[in-house]
Amino acid sequence: MEKRVTFGRWTIGILFAVPQLFLIFTFFYWPAGQAVYWSLTLQQPWGGGNIWVGLDNFRSILSNADYWNSITASMIFAGISTGLAMLIALVLAALTDRQLAGSWLYRVVLIWPYGIAAPALALAFRFILAPEAGFMAVVNRVWPGFWDPGLDGADAMASIIIAFSWKYVGYNFIFFLAAFQAIPRSLIEAAAMDGSGVIRRFLDIQFPLITPTIFFLLVINITESFQDSFGIVDIMTAGGPANATNLMVYKIYSDGFKGLDYSGAAAQSIILMLLIIALTIVQFRFIERRVHYR
Amino acid sequence: MASITIRGVKKNYAKTQVVHGVDLDFASGEFVVILGPSGCGKSTLLRMIAGLEEISDGTIAIDGTVVNKLEPRERGCAMVFQNYALYPHMSVAQNIGYSLKVAGVPSAERAQRIQAVARVLELEHLLDRKPMALSGGQRQRVAMGRAMIREPKVFLFDEPLSNLDAKLRVQMRSEIRKLHRRLSATSVFVTHDQVEAMTLADRLVVMNGGRVEQVGTPAEVYSRPASRFVATFVGAPSMNMLEGTVTLDGLSLLGDSRKLNVSRTGLPVGSKVAVGIRPEAVRMVAPGTPGALAATVDLIEELGAGRVIYVDLDGVPFSIVTSETVHPEPGSTVGLQFAESDLHFFSSETGGRLDVFKASVPEPAPATL
Repeated sequence: MEKRVTFGRWTIGILFAVPQLFLIFTFFYWPAGQAVYWSLTLQQPWGGGNIWVGLDNFRSILSNADYWNSITASMIFAGISTGLAMLIALVLAALTDRQLAGSWLYRVVLIWPYGIAAPALALAFRFILAPEAGFMAVVNRVWPGFWDPGLDGADAMASIIIAFSWKYVGYNFIFFLAAFQAIPRSLIEAAAMDGSGVIRRFLDIQFPLITPTIFFLLVINITESFQDSFGIVDIMTAGGPANATNLMVYKIYSDGFKGLDYSGAAAQSIILMLLIIALTIVQFRFIERRVHYR
Repeated sequence: MASITIRGVKKNYAKTQVVHGVDLDFASGEFVVILGPSGCGKSTLLRMIAGLEEISDGTIAIDGTVVNKLEPRERGCAMVFQNYALYPHMSVAQNIGYSLKVAGVPSAERAQRIQAVARVLELEHLLDRKPMALSGGQRQRVAMGRAMIREPKVFLFDEPLSNLDAKLRVQMRSEIRKLHRRLSATSVFVTHDQVEAMTLADRLVVMNGGRVEQVGTPAEVYSRPASRFVATFVGAPSMNMLEGTVTLDGLSLLGDSRKLNVSRTGLPVGSKVAVGIRPEAVRMVAPGTPGALAATVDLIEELGAGRVIYVDLDGVPFSIVTSETVHPEPGSTVGLQFAESDLHFFSSETGGRLDVFKASVPEPAPATL
């Protein structure tokens, strides 16, 4: 006999779903819909009416060299910081997996950076990477002018990449370590019996078996590097110098809230959303095929 | 082909010692089975031979070369794991050929050798499959193929049949045996299954609590168990054990409630012994037969070809295996008889075998009560 809760009338079921639907609508669909609407109109900075302009906002953004510069900067940031965060985490996890005394400690300690709010972490890195004091000052003394994120766009980009990667290394590490630990010990031993050394075992056995995790982290890291970078950019560089670190997500904020160009910012956020969706689809279509699910 | 020499090998994990000084010699081409209950250190010993566990003390030599400090790949051993440990992302052919690939064997030769091994193991039609798409028996054969293709000096088997169902296990057992006859590489096979051990072994090593209890052919181990542990561990149902004391004219059993008249045992009067009788050596006779032990029937297990009859001897469980078609009613009384030569004596203190009846009696007199 099947025991299942059934509702006599469909209205009761709907009523139960209403609070959740209300929340989703209020906080997701309404703002998103509003952004789409704004992107198709010209909003007045201080409110009070708007004009329907169709796709003019998109045309003007996409013909703006500053915007393309921002897309390039975002791509560079996403590529390098994802690569760095994943590579460092992978190496750390592979080393940790080999001898696990006190692994619970690593797990706890390494998840902390992910728990730190981006602005707080950015402030810390702003001090750590300051050119006039601390470690980088010593480097600058040896090679004068080597490091100055306030003047050199590449240095500024490097700073935000370092800060962002630091935050995500811990996050990635936890997932990589769990993936390594899920590989049965006997597989590694079998490979050792087959004559495979440490590096070879890693490349032939462990790496292919953690590809689902690598894929998952790739999607998460790239998506987050487009979105979660805001706080770090705002505190460390504020998009400068000379727009070198004006990432897409930061440009939306500065154009919208500082420049009061609501319509342009809304159009940019639609483009950012489409870009992230497109990247995710590409990853699922082309990279997932190479993933070995056990 | 290689001989293995194990001298004073010990294994410690932090503060606990799991293998307490083992000395063994395996001849070249021999099929040795290490038998013992779980946790007796048999797998640890095997893994020390393989190089997967460090040797805490003592030496292991393969073909006269001490291998303590050698990596697994330098020892010339191949191993079949309990859970097969097949690489899930590789096809059967890649699994079997992985060691050759690592060794840098050219792909043409590799394919040829994979084919040859697959033919022997009847895996040819499965070479492109992934391990996930194979049955338990097929996976087992792939694991064997992976070990075989390297033409190792030594084959190590770590309970390879324990994940198979009963029928497949019997089949794989004979396949392993045939394979050994064909390759005649030195093989060390670890198991807790005594039937597996008895049927496969040229020589049996019985281990308990990190020590070797007995080394011998399966027949020797069965007929002359070196200790009380071996006596009860080898043989199914296990050997019946009765506690007794040596008296002037024989033995008193079961807290003096029964007397057993046996020839002079040569043991000091008053010494405590355990007397063992194999269930197969007990004959059931009509109750009240002179010289028979009376017991109450508890339970009968029908095996088809024979039956196991569990009886109660003054509160001590006792089993009889018989092929006669007798069906005593549970609760009824039966008489038990056995020949003096079928008795095994063990020291109650050390558990070691006591050699009695040195001057063997020409015709074993029935032991009487």
